[in-house]
Amino acid sequence: MNIKLTRVFAAAILAAFAAGAGAQTVKVGVVLPYTGVGAELAQQVDRGIQTFMTLNPNAFGGVKVEIVKRDSKNPSGAEAKTAVQELITQEKVDILTGFIYSPDAIASAQLVTEAKKPMVIMNAGTAWITNLSPMISRVSFSMWHAGYAMGEAAVKQMKAKTAVIGYTDYPPGKDSLDAFKRAFEGAGGKIVDEIPMGGPGQVPDFTPFFQRAKDKKPDVFFVFVPAGDHTLAVMKTYGALGMRAAGIKLVGPGDITQDIKLQAMGDDAVGLITTHHYNADLDNPLNKRFVESWKKSFGPTTTPDFMGVQGYDGMAAIAHMVTTLKGKIDADGAINALRGWKYDSPRGPISIDPRTRDIVMNEYISELVKKDGRLVQKNIGMLPAVKDMCKELQEGRCKQ
Amino acid sequence: MASFTAAEQLARRHRFQWWETLPWIAALAAFFAFPNYLAFGTQVLITILFALSVDLVLGYAGIVTLGHAAFFGAGAYTVGMLASHFGWTEPLSGLLAAALVAGAVGLVSGLVLLRTTGLTLLMLTLCTMTLLEQAANMGAAWTGGFDGIPGLSFGKILGLFSFDVLYFRSQYLYVLTVLLICFLIARTLIYSSFGQSLTGVRENLLRMHAVGAPVRARLVIAYAISAALAGVAGGLFTQATGFVNLAVLGLERAAGVLIVLILGGYGRLYGAFVGAVAYMVLEHFLAKAYPTAWQLGIGIVLVVVALYARNGILGLAETLRGKRRQRSAS
Repeated sequence: MNIKLTRVFAAAILAAFAAGAGAQTVKVGVVLPYTGVGAELAQQVDRGIQTFMTLNPNAFGGVKVEIVKRDSKNPSGAEAKTAVQELITQEKVDILTGFIYSPDAIASAQLVTEAKKPMVIMNAGTAWITNLSPMISRVSFSMWHAGYAMGEAAVKQMKAKTAVIGYTDYPPGKDSLDAFKRAFEGAGGKIVDEIPMGGPGQVPDFTPFFQRAKDKKPDVFFVFVPAGDHTLAVMKTYGALGMRAAGIKLVGPGDITQDIKLQAMGDDAVGLITTHHYNADLDNPLNKRFVESWKKSFGPTTTPDFMGVQGYDGMAAIAHMVTTLKGKIDADGAINALRGWKYDSPRGPISIDPRTRDIVMNEYISELVKKDGRLVQKNIGMLPAVKDMCKELQEGRCKQ
Repeated sequence: MASFTAAEQLARRHRFQWWETLPWIAALAAFFAFPNYLAFGTQVLITILFALSVDLVLGYAGIVTLGHAAFFGAGAYTVGMLASHFGWTEPLSGLLAAALVAGAVGLVSGLVLLRTTGLTLLMLTLCTMTLLEQAANMGAAWTGGFDGIPGLSFGKILGLFSFDVLYFRSQYLYVLTVLLICFLIARTLIYSSFGQSLTGVRENLLRMHAVGAPVRARLVIAYAISAALAGVAGGLFTQATGFVNLAVLGLERAAGVLIVLILGGYGRLYGAFVGAVAYMVLEHFLAKAYPTAWQLGIGIVLVVVALYARNGILGLAETLRGKRRQRSAS
């Protein structure tokens, strides 16, 4: 009897151990450009991931999540692909995420299809990326989200009839151009000029481009340039040429009013109108909590921007996959779990389009104003539940 | 040991030494020892070939170039565009096309550029590359621009071996074989009288003119051959990666290959091998261990090499060997 009891105990202990060993660990590979020109962007996404972990310690339902970080270095695609290959074959990760630059995600698409690993994109904005593999889902944005929304808002809200477009001559710029043009003309407006304004590498002298735009006397001047030094130069030139006094409103996607660059933009920027899916000044309780936790972790002078919130939401998506599948990640199950997933993000309600695996979210129209000596984004309108219009309209490569 | 006459030594120098098989044995051993590192290994082999092509012009002919990625990119885009726009996915003929296109770009640009020397030449090689890069950006409908040409897949190698998307096994062996062939071509070239005349130009331009050597023609031909080899490296890059974008034409690649070559030791044939392996392995594992701070480690190593090993790792080895000989002789 006694022996029997011991046996039962032993069996129970063994069973408990087996259950303990069965407590799943999910490995997540994070591929970001931690060094080089993209390091600042990678830091935003990385901090977004950390903030999610801080604010939602129980989000994974008891499943242990192990994060493996890898540097994708330059936007050649090749470095990211090698990193992804090794994460899959050496680290045996279950889920891949990160991807700031579009070429990095594009080059890795073949790999995740072949290896059947779900991939959650936290930035890469070229619209057609999600078409490349059934394993890809995106929680960030497509260049068409903000561009298309701005085109509609310019006609419907701002009552503009004519527009000039100035853009930096690389894919995000051209995508923005296409999106704005399609929406603006679709709503009855007229594009009077399209001006390519140099490449993303160096900041050009914007004066000749802006003078050309000014001479056309449009109602709005839609500008896409990379955030940072380009934006500062745009604002200076806009002020110096007296374009506001000439009645030309400067508008653009929120890329040009990235929160971390905002205070450097100067008073010339006041009145700038942008559309985007996030800014740190968004007035909702979740965002207040997000920004507060961010400043507590990383310092009062830091601020999240749209990339930060994308890192946060990407982790939320992964948490949803993990809890739905109870830690046993199979690729199809994970991607299917994300189809139609709804979440309350600091940027407002978001969901994943079940058909395209791309994000559906609000686009906020905001105006730069000066408040207490700081530049802040005042939200003056909102377009709810915006889809990636490139895929909705089956434009160019977005056709499927 | 030291009883050869100078003439005998000259006659023997092109013969294969036993240690020359070592790099190839090591490369094959790596294939079996590190089956999960072959994607990275393939990139190393491609970099070796690219560095070898640069060594031909920089180390042997003394042409200082900062724009050799122009030819790497020309080859890479040739293979990529043939595959995506014309469905030409046969790998070997693709490489041949890459070599021809890159060689032609080298020949034409060489005819113009090699009238100049020194800093002017350096700047003009850089300009050629930037022009090609901008052309590729403007022709985004063909080249895919910054976003690149996605999802390239290629036919079976020799109709037998299909590309291994996940583990890169066939790519590794394929690239290794092409590297061996290209290396044998480069080696033969360097030890031929043509190669000797290139070294002559590097060492004493005036004297080569004085003996009546067709200096410019030799340089242009060497430049074109080197460009063709770089084009093969680029073509291999596109085939192995299944992707090509503007970065193949960037300054980062052109400058990176110079660092590799200087680290290994230029003008030494095997400098490309030693430099590429040393630099890339160091970078790879530092970046893996410290994804945000690995560049610090690379920087320190480069500073040390620049200060104490002016002729690269191979140069350092030669100096040490020379010292040992001196000591045993005295």
